[in-house]
Amino acid sequence: MTSTETAVAQRGPTRSRATTILGGVVLIGVAVWLFLAFVASGPDIRTTAEGNTIGQFDAVRLLYIHVPLVITAYSAFVVTAIGSFMVLVKKSVWWDLVAGASAEIGSLGAALTLLTGSIWGRPIWNTWWEWGDVRILTTLVLFMLSLGYLAVRRLEGTAEVRAKRSAVVGLLLVVNVAIVNKSVEWWADQTLHQNSTIAEGAIADLKAFTLFFSIVLGLAAYSWMMIHRFRLAWLERQYDRFGIDDAIAARRSEADHAQPVTQGESA
Amino acid sequence: MTHVPYLVAGYGLSIAAIALYAVSVMRRAKHLAAKVPAERARWMTGNDADVIGES
Repeated sequence: MTSTETAVAQRGPTRSRATTILGGVVLIGVAVWLFLAFVASGPDIRTTAEGNTIGQFDAVRLLYIHVPLVITAYSAFVVTAIGSFMVLVKKSVWWDLVAGASAEIGSLGAALTLLTGSIWGRPIWNTWWEWGDVRILTTLVLFMLSLGYLAVRRLEGTAEVRAKRSAVVGLLLVVNVAIVNKSVEWWADQTLHQNSTIAEGAIADLKAFTLFFSIVLGLAAYSWMMIHRFRLAWLERQYDRFGIDDAIAARRSEADHAQPVTQGESA
Repeated sequence: MTHVPYLVAGYGLSIAAIALYAVSVMRRAKHLAAKVPAERARWMTGNDADVIGES
């Protein structure tokens, strides 16, 4: 038995020493993140020149989950686009599986981005959803497109045709990421969103550190999930390719080991 | 603390969804691993063609 086979048998099909360590780091990171988000950092309360109290108060803490989700989804779709490009250029199975795995995680990230954005928007903008907001709308399109990508991967056809079709949609995802990102600048009068909080230095001190930490944690969690999802995709492919062969081999093996029955003995 | 229901909903739903997804990936892998021989279970172990449509 090789070391990889031993690892598969001992730790499970998608786990390895690296993912165990990374998973542990992420779990510790989650504890630190929750401490920073809810205990260490304070609410957003500011006083105007007229003496009025303004700010997001404790709703600002929702940004420590909303922003990392956005950035994780963006990153996942960029990886999908890179994988899709490599599929078109090299017809690489490895990149095809990377693209598919990343798109699935990106879809979850985009869905949760919309959800947490809506929950944050209710107390801050006094609305759950605003159809006129270009960033919300383009993010919804991005989410729908990612679902479309996953659907195209499951369409009938040869592996080559299916990979080519999905790669084209995968490339569109990264175009849409750029549109979502720039939408608040291109259509500044059609959005409730502000420009980039980080780029404009609109957030500072422990709040900025918490936001930065949450983004790093989100990307670490994405990496951990990506490795597992990729390995599952590989398993699915192997089962699709060799499942019947393995079943036939198993039956043959059983037949070879079975007691031979001759005509004379059967009586 | 203000906005507690929103914080609980935002963090609770997101963490729960991510955890459920992670568990579902692990379970699907465990289920499939029983059907795929260990020597084919990891991409590093595959010695088949790495080109789409040439397998």
